[in-house]
Amino acid sequence: MIEYFNYRALFDYSDLYLKGLLNTLGISIIALILGGILGVVLCVLKLGKNKAISRIVTFYIDAMRSTPLIVQVYFFYFSLGNFGIDFNEFEVGILALSLHSGAYISEILRAGISSIPQGQIEAAMSSGFSLFQRLRYIILPQAIGATVPPLLGQSISLVKDSSLLSLISVLELTRVGQVLTHERFLPVEGFVTTAALYLLIYYFLKHLSLWSQKRLIFKETL
Amino acid sequence: MFSFYLQKLIAAFPFFLEGFWVTVWLSGLCIVTGTILGFLVGLLRISNIKPVKFMAGFYSDITRGTPFLVQIFFIYFIFPEFGIQFEPMEAAIVGLTLLNGGFICEIVAAGIEMIPKGQWEAAEASGFSPYQRMRYIILPQATPGILGPLTGQYISGIKESAIISVIGVMDVTRVGWLTVQRIPNGLLVFSLVALFYFSICYPTSRLIARFEEKTTHREIIL
Repeated sequence: MIEYFNYRALFDYSDLYLKGLLNTLGISIIALILGGILGVVLCVLKLGKNKAISRIVTFYIDAMRSTPLIVQVYFFYFSLGNFGIDFNEFEVGILALSLHSGAYISEILRAGISSIPQGQIEAAMSSGFSLFQRLRYIILPQAIGATVPPLLGQSISLVKDSSLLSLISVLELTRVGQVLTHERFLPVEGFVTTAALYLLIYYFLKHLSLWSQKRLIFKETL
Repeated sequence: MFSFYLQKLIAAFPFFLEGFWVTVWLSGLCIVTGTILGFLVGLLRISNIKPVKFMAGFYSDITRGTPFLVQIFFIYFIFPEFGIQFEPMEAAIVGLTLLNGGFICEIVAAGIEMIPKGQWEAAEASGFSPYQRMRYIILPQATPGILGPLTGQYISGIKESAIISVIGVMDVTRVGWLTVQRIPNGLLVFSLVALFYFSICYPTSRLIARFEEKTTHREIIL
């Protein structure tokens, strides 16, 4: 049984926790941005007219969604060196997370685009809009609005998924918990604090998602 | 060099099959136990008793708000401090069951809340007992809405099971991790590991997609 909770150790490691928290947030945000860009590109290619490219993209998305992220992280971590690409752990982690979340985000966007009536796109076409203009002015503004709640859900899982980078020794929240376990033999203090910080991020994003659904601010554009 | 690695990998193939078998039965078992737990907690989640509802909500927030990696460290490193000692395999089963249960209880609760209030009232007015109401009126109607997300959760449960390799359960991810130390070609080794997961997750996700295509899918041209 635990007689006490060692707060002093937490004060000793508070700098490390701050660093871990910032790294977790930073990695998640960068991966979300890169994954978002990748998602838009994949989605456009998948729905495009070229059937061969569409097949390849569909296969990529399915492959990413049907394999565990931990296997993908190991895959990039152990294989990039063979091709002479010298990435550090951070870069490998961000690469794996972006490629992974890109596949999910493209599916979310596709669902959002499917909710736009085909008539609008046809109207834009007959008004002489190019593909880029259709995307920029007609499709994406509406699709992004309809996909805000699922995208927030995706960012929740992205924050959680970033914990797997601790396995390739990226210093983020979970890694700090492990450091506390290894250096001070304080698993309770280490992992309770880690879990509490994750829960903090989770509750913030969850309430943001609930708020966005309740306000329906994005529905007005539809 | 490549063919040499390939030969070595083929020699190690039986270990991969053994690991895959562990992945299959472990995730299969935890899907079953998780579903049972999820349904029970899901029914508590919609009960009218405030403390019960709060506890069930707290449980689902903990499992959904923290990374599974942190949860498994909790069970494996922290529970012993409270006198509950687990073997890696037991910790994996407990962790995966709790994880699946947490997600499934939300799916079940959401499915049941979709049923209009009038159905409850009509059943009550017709003299159905609470058990009969659930069994004959509510659950049969909620099931079609639950099935899609439930199968999705099963796939993600199989994928999450890869994470238990970090506490030393010999599943296919751990076999891959050990093999890559001997055969330093991450591309080859982790492609094989990914292929194992792909072979179960992809057919299952196609099955859901075909199921859902009938109801919602339509072609869209950008």
